[in-house]
Amino acid sequence: MNNLALKDQQNSNIAIKNNMIIEKLKQHGTLLAFLFLILVNILITPNFLQIQTLYVNLTQVATVAIVAIGMTLVIASGGIDLSVGALMALAGTIAPLIFLSDFALMSPVLGLTLAILVAILAAAMGGLFNGFLISRYNIQPIIATLILFISGRGIAQVLTNGELQTFDHASFEFIGTGRIFGVPFQAIITIVIALSMAWVLRRSIYGRFLLAVGGNEQAAKLAGVPTAKIKMITYMICGALAGVAGIITTAINSASDANQTGQLMELDAIAAAIVGGVLLTGGKAPILGALLGACIIQLVGYTLLANGVHDAVAMIAKAIIIIAAVYMQQMKGAK
Amino acid sequence: MTITTKTAASEADTAANNSVQPILQMRNINKAFSGVSALTDASLTLMPGEVHAIIGQNGAGKSTLIKVLNGAHKLDSGDILYQGNPADFNSPHEAQVAGISTIFQEVNLIGYRSITENICLGYEPTRFGMVNWKKAHAHARSMLARFGLDLAVEKPLQDYNIAIQQLVAIARAVALNAKVVIMDEPTSSLDDKEKEVLFKVIRELQASGVAIVYVSHHLDELFQICDQVTIMRDGHTVAQHAIKDISKLQMVAAMLGRDIADFSDQTSQNAAQQPFSEVLLEVENLAGAGVLCDVSFKLHRGEILGLAGLLGAGRSEVARAIFGLDKERVKGKICVDNQQVSYDQPIDAINSKIGFCSEDRKEDGIIPQLSVRENLTLALMPKIAKNGLINETKEREIVTSFMRSLGIKASSMEQPISQLSGGNQQKVLLARWLATEPRILMLDEPTRGIDVGAKAEIQNLIKSLAKKGMTVLMISSEFEELVDGADRVIVIQAGKSVSEITSENLSENAIVQAVAHEAPRSSLTKGSAA
Repeated sequence: MNNLALKDQQNSNIAIKNNMIIEKLKQHGTLLAFLFLILVNILITPNFLQIQTLYVNLTQVATVAIVAIGMTLVIASGGIDLSVGALMALAGTIAPLIFLSDFALMSPVLGLTLAILVAILAAAMGGLFNGFLISRYNIQPIIATLILFISGRGIAQVLTNGELQTFDHASFEFIGTGRIFGVPFQAIITIVIALSMAWVLRRSIYGRFLLAVGGNEQAAKLAGVPTAKIKMITYMICGALAGVAGIITTAINSASDANQTGQLMELDAIAAAIVGGVLLTGGKAPILGALLGACIIQLVGYTLLANGVHDAVAMIAKAIIIIAAVYMQQMKGAK
Repeated sequence: MTITTKTAASEADTAANNSVQPILQMRNINKAFSGVSALTDASLTLMPGEVHAIIGQNGAGKSTLIKVLNGAHKLDSGDILYQGNPADFNSPHEAQVAGISTIFQEVNLIGYRSITENICLGYEPTRFGMVNWKKAHAHARSMLARFGLDLAVEKPLQDYNIAIQQLVAIARAVALNAKVVIMDEPTSSLDDKEKEVLFKVIRELQASGVAIVYVSHHLDELFQICDQVTIMRDGHTVAQHAIKDISKLQMVAAMLGRDIADFSDQTSQNAAQQPFSEVLLEVENLAGAGVLCDVSFKLHRGEILGLAGLLGAGRSEVARAIFGLDKERVKGKICVDNQQVSYDQPIDAINSKIGFCSEDRKEDGIIPQLSVRENLTLALMPKIAKNGLINETKEREIVTSFMRSLGIKASSMEQPISQLSGGNQQKVLLARWLATEPRILMLDEPTRGIDVGAKAEIQNLIKSLAKKGMTVLMISSEFEELVDGADRVIVIQAGKSVSEITSENLSENAIVQAVAHEAPRSSLTKGSAA
């Protein structure tokens, strides 16, 4: 009798332990998936453990990761931003216009600084415009951001007469191709942005209010949260980050192409944010998750490419990752 | 007990008077949502040509009953007999085809299409495979003419006001040969004149043998238009009466689940220890927000003032108006400390030390994804932050002390609030407001939907806060709670503050009498004639 009871106890202990492991798996699914991918690559991809591979991947993932961080904030507020790709094009076009101007030729340092600041500011204003439409006129985010999705790229094309602007500007190109202690500069930018945003979300009133607005806007409003202001700030940050990504893209290419810069970026960023564990219903903003999500999508693409799988298949693989991520989210929600 | 015997009697009565078969019978209907029972053994008998009211408090199961009837919800067990045959509708559409139409509060028609299209949708008269518009318009006109309406049927429906839209919805139902028409709060957005038109239409339908299910919380209306009333409480249909056999007082009693005799005359124990003299909040002629038409009262420092009234009387709207919500829709004067105020948004009210713990925890109380800590300090944020950064040490201290003093049971302050019991969630929300150290705390149904133990704790807490000098405006549907807790009660009826019950007269019986007292609204016919 006693023995049996003891066994029961042990069994239930094991069951609890198993549950805890499953729980942990669910909690850190994204990270585990990432580690698994690395392991697979070490086994099958030739030359994977070379520093060069790391740098190639870092260079390619930086822009998606930066935009995905902004997207995570927006989604956490209960919205979505389709205009990020267009805002990248806008910022990417404005910067060369400034640093190639006569003024910048006379004072290069000021010219370059202005070029970067104005470009980011323009993208931020685009974001503010989104936020204004959404919070002031209660337009649904998907519609409100569709306006700049269409017209933002249009503005960029008008600014350049639809032509490709090529340039040769070593200081600006450093943003896209430079290295510090061997690490790609854009990777450093990405990490700095991710860490500082994660810190802001954790420590600031803004972060708390953002999650409250996304979690239950009515309740947040009753508790004195300035919901409209929070939404405007959020879309503005998202726009500014898209601007940063646009500048990096332009710097990598040594050319600004209003037609191509940031194409389909909105979808990549949303995908990365979702894989990173953001809740589409709002109220949760895993910044480092978005970073990880972007890395996973990047790494899958790289794995397939490095192993000679066709590009089209890589797109299907991306879709599968998103499905898996959504499934995992629902499992988490179901507990 | 008296109620049950009466039910049997009145049922026998109806059966004797009408040899007609009921058009619809719902018997022993049970329905639960994820384990929580919404209907238990609910029954409804509907005779042709009768207007049958369904009344009950919030959450009594009225809407669920309607939705089970029209096929929007599937019933768990029980029978529905329609025209003597078992009926099982899979959707409101199926029910409509069979002759059971539902007219919702929010009209479910297509606003940008013409009245004709809305009336004829799905069975347009055709000629050579095309819609015969001439015939369709004529049909629509004739349907509306039955109700004495002459409208430009070619115009989009949205060009007309809600009342007309509702009538068009009814016309559509009739055009579809409805035998049963369900109306959910049909008068909630109508003015007196529009109501008259609606009632005329209802009588017209009634005369042609259509049975009408009439859901409303305006009890006065029922006496004008209804024949029978079924009273619901906690998912049960507790009584059915012929309207002529029941008084408003009895209705209220049955809705609250009490016998009139049970309402105690015991006056409040709080007989003013000290007279409250200093007026802290004064509300004058508050109107608007859809329901309020004239609310005035004074709230003294250190007092617990109760706001009583039936569902939909406008109690919550008073608190919301004071708190700076719905500002553009509210008129009237609000004074705090003898200064007239007009808060644009909640934060302004919070800054002048007013707190408002709202009625619906899920809807506008908790932020489910956030932890107990984050929920508790939400309204306090600006005060525990510097340069936009939260002082976490201070935050934790505050949370710890409130969790201890209110006895909030959670595994830790980091546990998501959604995992807590209703009572503990409510305590967190109370703490959210107490932490802001308000001068005036407005509590809307502070103990709704929580267990008995937590309820008593919260009620005691409110009393002890008032003793320490906090001023409380307490809204409650439970008269017992008001008698026990409040120093004075203001009764609101149909958006008007109609009476004041002072502590020496404060008893459940006094409140119930005041709430059920003939409302000014019942003089509707006189009013519109004048």
